[in-house]
Amino acid sequence: MSVADIFETMEYGPAPESRDPALHWIEEHNPFQLFIDGEWRDSAGTERIDIVNPATGKPLAAVAQAGEADVDAAVEAARAAFTGWSTTPDHVRARYLYALARQIQRHSRLFAVLESLDNGKPIRESRDIDIPLVSRHFYYHAGWAQLLSKELPHYRPVGVVGQIIPWNFPLLMLAWKIAPALATGSTVVLKPAEFTPVTALRFAEIVQRAGLPAGVVNIITGDGRTGEVLVRHPGVDKIAFTGSTEVGRSIRRETAGTGKRLSLELGGKSPFIVFDDADLDSVVEGVVDAIWFNQGQVCCAGSRLLVQEDIEERLIAKLHERMEHLRVGDALDKAIDIGAIVAPIQLQRIQSLVDSGVKEGATMWQPTWACPTEGYFFPPTLFTNVAPAATIAQVEIFGPVLVSMTFRTPQEAVDLANNTPYGLAASIWTENINLALDIAPQVKAGTVWINCTNLFDAASGFGGYRESGFGREGGREGLYEYLRLTDMEDATTANSRRRRRADSGPVQRDPSALPLIDRTPKMYIGGKQVRPDSGYSQPVISPNGEDIGEVGSGNRKDIRNAVEAAHKASTWAGATGHARAQILYYIAENLSARRREFEARMTDETGTEAVRAAAEVEAAIDRLFTYAAWADKFDGLVHRTPLRGLTLAIPEPLGVIGMACPDDYPLLALVSLVAPAVAMGNTIVVIPSEAHPLSATDLYQVFDTSDLPGGVVNIVTGHRNTLARVLAEHDDVDGVWYFGDAEGARTVEYASAGNMKRTWVETASLAWDAAWANESGLFLREATQVKNIWTPYGA
Amino acid sequence: MLGANAMLTMVERKSHEGTTRNAGMPLDLSWVRRTHVNRSAVERRASTLVTRRTVKKEWQAAWLLRALTCIDLTTLQGDDTPGNVARLCAKGVHPLRDDMTEALGIEKLNLHVAALCVYHNLVPEAVEALRGTGVPVAAVSTGFPAGQIALPQKLDEISASVDAGAQEIDIVISRAHVLTGNWTALYDETKVCRQACGDAQMKVILATGELATVQNVAMASLVCMMAGADFIKTSTGKEPVNATLPVGVVMTRAIREYREQTGYNVGFKPAGGIRTAAQALHWQFLMKEELGDDWLKPALFRLGASSLLSDIERQLSYFLTGRYAADNHFPMP
Repeated sequence: MSVADIFETMEYGPAPESRDPALHWIEEHNPFQLFIDGEWRDSAGTERIDIVNPATGKPLAAVAQAGEADVDAAVEAARAAFTGWSTTPDHVRARYLYALARQIQRHSRLFAVLESLDNGKPIRESRDIDIPLVSRHFYYHAGWAQLLSKELPHYRPVGVVGQIIPWNFPLLMLAWKIAPALATGSTVVLKPAEFTPVTALRFAEIVQRAGLPAGVVNIITGDGRTGEVLVRHPGVDKIAFTGSTEVGRSIRRETAGTGKRLSLELGGKSPFIVFDDADLDSVVEGVVDAIWFNQGQVCCAGSRLLVQEDIEERLIAKLHERMEHLRVGDALDKAIDIGAIVAPIQLQRIQSLVDSGVKEGATMWQPTWACPTEGYFFPPTLFTNVAPAATIAQVEIFGPVLVSMTFRTPQEAVDLANNTPYGLAASIWTENINLALDIAPQVKAGTVWINCTNLFDAASGFGGYRESGFGREGGREGLYEYLRLTDMEDATTANSRRRRRADSGPVQRDPSALPLIDRTPKMYIGGKQVRPDSGYSQPVISPNGEDIGEVGSGNRKDIRNAVEAAHKASTWAGATGHARAQILYYIAENLSARRREFEARMTDETGTEAVRAAAEVEAAIDRLFTYAAWADKFDGLVHRTPLRGLTLAIPEPLGVIGMACPDDYPLLALVSLVAPAVAMGNTIVVIPSEAHPLSATDLYQVFDTSDLPGGVVNIVTGHRNTLARVLAEHDDVDGVWYFGDAEGARTVEYASAGNMKRTWVETASLAWDAAWANESGLFLREATQVKNIWTPYGA
Repeated sequence: MLGANAMLTMVERKSHEGTTRNAGMPLDLSWVRRTHVNRSAVERRASTLVTRRTVKKEWQAAWLLRALTCIDLTTLQGDDTPGNVARLCAKGVHPLRDDMTEALGIEKLNLHVAALCVYHNLVPEAVEALRGTGVPVAAVSTGFPAGQIALPQKLDEISASVDAGAQEIDIVISRAHVLTGNWTALYDETKVCRQACGDAQMKVILATGELATVQNVAMASLVCMMAGADFIKTSTGKEPVNATLPVGVVMTRAIREYREQTGYNVGFKPAGGIRTAAQALHWQFLMKEELGDDWLKPALFRLGASSLLSDIERQLSYFLTGRYAADNHFPMP
C-alpha cells in the first residue's frame, strides 16, 4: 500500500515484533533436555512432546516427556540440595533471588517473545504485563529471603516442593511458585504445562547463570502423566498447583493422608459487578481487561457481567461498539488486543460451550470483523439474556466469552455474584465508596478489585475461596504456604514423654452416701441441648475401666442439623471483634468459676493427676484469654502494591468449620481449637474427644451462661472418624480441622475434595500445653482466609 | 434527562454524521450531574492505549502526514511580529520540502496545516499571508489565556477578530464558573460567545490544568457542547499542565456521549506541550479508538502546536532515507 492510500484509509498496518532472536535460541536448544541437578540431561525415556505456535499452528520445538526415572532423579536432586539450601543464610539466598530478578530484566524481551510464540498471547501483554510481574516477583521475594529469619523466627522451610503450573501465564506462574519457595529455603521440582514449557527452560539457563547450587531448582517437562508421578512421589513434601478445579480435585484426593502440604489455585467464574453510578466508559475498558485479556484464558477473568438493570441497554451498546474496535491477530503484532487460543482442544471447548449457550436461548453477539483463518483464533463474544441456570453462566469457559445478567438491588448483585461454587476474584464498579466497601466483604472471593480488574502484584496475596482453591501466592500471607512451625516436632516428643498413667486407681465412694443423680449429657446444637437423632448412647469409660457416664451417639443427621445451625448463626461473622472478645472473656470467667468441677471431671475421665487436671483447666482459661485478646487485634495489612490506592489484605472467617478433637488434653485441645475459630467469626461444629467427651459436654453449660449466641458452637458427640467424614463430605462446610489417626486424616482430606474445603489435619500426638500451641498466628491463620481488596483512588 | 430510551440508534446517528454543525441544546443539568469519571481507570486507559497501538513504516509516514494536516500551527508569544507570523504562514502552507513530497508520492495531496493560530492583533497579517491558500486563521480570544476580563469585552474581542477575517475563534472559559459549579453561568457565557462567532468555528478552551479534577473536565466539556462548541480544546499552552492523555480520554468520551445523545459531532483539539511525532501518534490513536476515523481529519481534530511540525519533518526524512537528519536540512518557519 502506498503512503497516499494509507493517508486515506488510516488503517494500522502490520507492526511485527522481531522473532529471530527467540527462534535462534530455540534452534540452539531444540530438542530440549530436562534440567536436573543443575545440568541439562536427556530424559531416561525417548518420548517427546511437540510444541506448537498457536498463532500459526506450526511446530516450534520439541521437549522431553519426563517419566518416572526422571522425576525420581529430580526429586532426589532437590532432596540432596535441600540440606544446604535450607541452611543457607538469608542474605545469601537474597542475593541469588536478586540475581534471578536482574537476569530476567536483562533478558526481558527474549522472554516476552518466547512467551508469545509459545502461548499465543499478544506481545504487548507478555512485554508489558507478564515479564515485568515476573521480575517484580523475584525482587519482592529477594526481600523476604533477606528478612525471613528475623520476621518469621519460629518457622522452617517445608522441604522439597513439587510445582505444577498452567499454560496461560507460563513464566509468571513459574515465578509465583519458585520465588516464595526459594526465598523461604525450600527446593523445587517444577513441571511447566505441556503446551508452554519454553520460557521455563529459558529460566533454567538463568538459574545456571546465576550460580544457584545444583538441585535447588529442577525443571522437568511432560504432560499430565509427569505431573501425576510428581504428585505421588513420596520424596515430595508439598505440592503447589495452579490449574483446573478438576485436576486440583484429583490432586487433593491423591495426596490425602500422605502428610504432603498442598496449595491449589484453581478455576473461577468471577463476577464483574456494575452499579448504575459507575463510570461506564471506564467499565467498558475494564471489561476489555477482564475478559479479553490473554484471550480470556485467565482463571480470575471477569466472565460474568452483572449489570444494574437500568443501565444494561447503555452498557451493552457501548460494549458492542468497543468490541468492533478490538483487533485479533498474530501474537507478535504489537498492535493487537487479542492473540491466539493456546491449542485446538481449547478452541473446540470454547466453541462447544458457545454453541450450548445459543442452544439454551441466550443472545450471542460477535463483532462484524473476522478472525485470521490460520492459527487458533476465537472472536470476542458477548452473551445477553443469560439465565443464571444456563451452562455458560455456570461453567468456566476459559476463552474470550462474556455472559451478562442484570440485577435490581445491591443484595441481588451479591446473591448473583456468590451463586457459583468458585470464589477467586470479583470486580465492583461504582463511584460510591459506601456501596463499594459494603459489597466487597460480602462477595466470596480471594481478590476484589474496586473500579479496576486483573491487577496483580507480588506484594498482594492471590488465591481463592471455595472451589477456587486455597493458599495464597504473593504477600506476607503467601510465605506461610512454604513454611512449617519449628516447634511442632518438639511438641510431639514432649508429649510422648508425658503419657498419662492411670495409677491413681478408682475413687472409693462412701457406700452410705446418696447415689449421684443420673445426668444426661446431650448434644448442643443451635444453642439447645438436644438428644441424638439415633436414640442411641455410648458409654464413657475411665482409664481404670469405670463407667463414668454416657453420651449420645451422633450420626449423619446430627451433623446435618449442627451445620444448619452453624449457618444460621453466620451473623456472628458480622459481630465486632470487641463483642466477640467480650464473650470469650466471659466464657473464661465462667469456666474459672467452675474450675473445680472441670478438674474433677478430667481426673475421672482421663485418670490424670489432680495437679495436671488443674493445670489443664488453667491453661484452657489462659487460652480463652489469648483469643479473646486476639479477637480485636488480628488486623489485616495494607500491602505496598505499586498503585495509587489501597490494597487491603483482610483476614475473613472461613465460615462454618467442622472440628474433630484429639483424645489428648480433652478440654485444652478443644478450647485451643474452638477459641481462635470463634474469635475470628467462624461458626463451629465440634466433635469432642471420643474417649473423653464429658468435659466438652460440660462446657455447653458454660457457653449458655456466657451469652454465646446459639449455633456459634455446636457439639456433636460420637464416633470421631465417622462424624469427621460426614463433615468432610458436607459441601456446605467451609473447613475441617482433624486431630486424630492416620486413617481419619486420609478420609477427611480425600472427602474434602467434594467442595475443595480447606483442611487442617494432624496425626501426631501433640502436647497442647507446649510452645507450638501458643503460636496463635498458626491457629488464627487457619481460622481465616485473606481477601485482598484493591481500591485505587484519585480525585 | 435523556434516558436510554431517548438514545439515538446507530442509523439515526449516521444521518447526522459530519453534516450538521453543532447547534447546541438547552442546558440539561441532570445529564451533566450524572457524569461519573473514575480518574484511576481513565489513567489506566490512557497509559495502555498507547501501548496497544503503533504504526510502522509506510503506515507511520501516512499517519504523520495526516497529523500534519491537523496542526493548528501556533504562535502566541509576546514578541510575535508581523514578520515571524508571515514566516509561519509560509511554512504552514508549504510544510514539506518538494523533494520529500515527491519521494512520498503525495504531490497531488497538496498538504498544508489545518490553520494558523495567532493573537487578535496579528490576525490581519496572517489573513493577508494566507489569502488564496485555503488555510484559515484562528484567533485566540476572550482574554486569552486567563479569561479574566468582563463578558462584554470578550464578545467585542470575538467580533473584532471575526471582522478582521479570522474564521476560527479559540475562546477560553471562565474557570471560576467550573470551580464554583456554576454550570448555568458557564453555559450562558459560552452560548453568547458562540453567537458572537457567527459563522466562525468556535473552539472552547477548557484549560483543564486549572479545573482541578477530571470530573470537572467531563462536566465542563458537556456544558460547552450544549452551549454550541464546535470544538473543545484542552489548554491554552500557558497553564502549568497542558494536554495530557487522561484528560484527552475524558474529553473524547464526552464528545462520544454528546454525539450518542444528540447526533452532533464535536471536534477535539489537544494543545500545549505536543512537540514530538510520537505524541501526535498517541493523540491519533486516542481519536481512532475512542471516536473513530472521522476524528482523524481536520474537520474534527486539531493539534495545537508550534514545534511539532519540525519533528514530523525529521521522522518523515528518516522514513525516506533511513538516516537521521540535521535540523539545518529543513527550512525554518
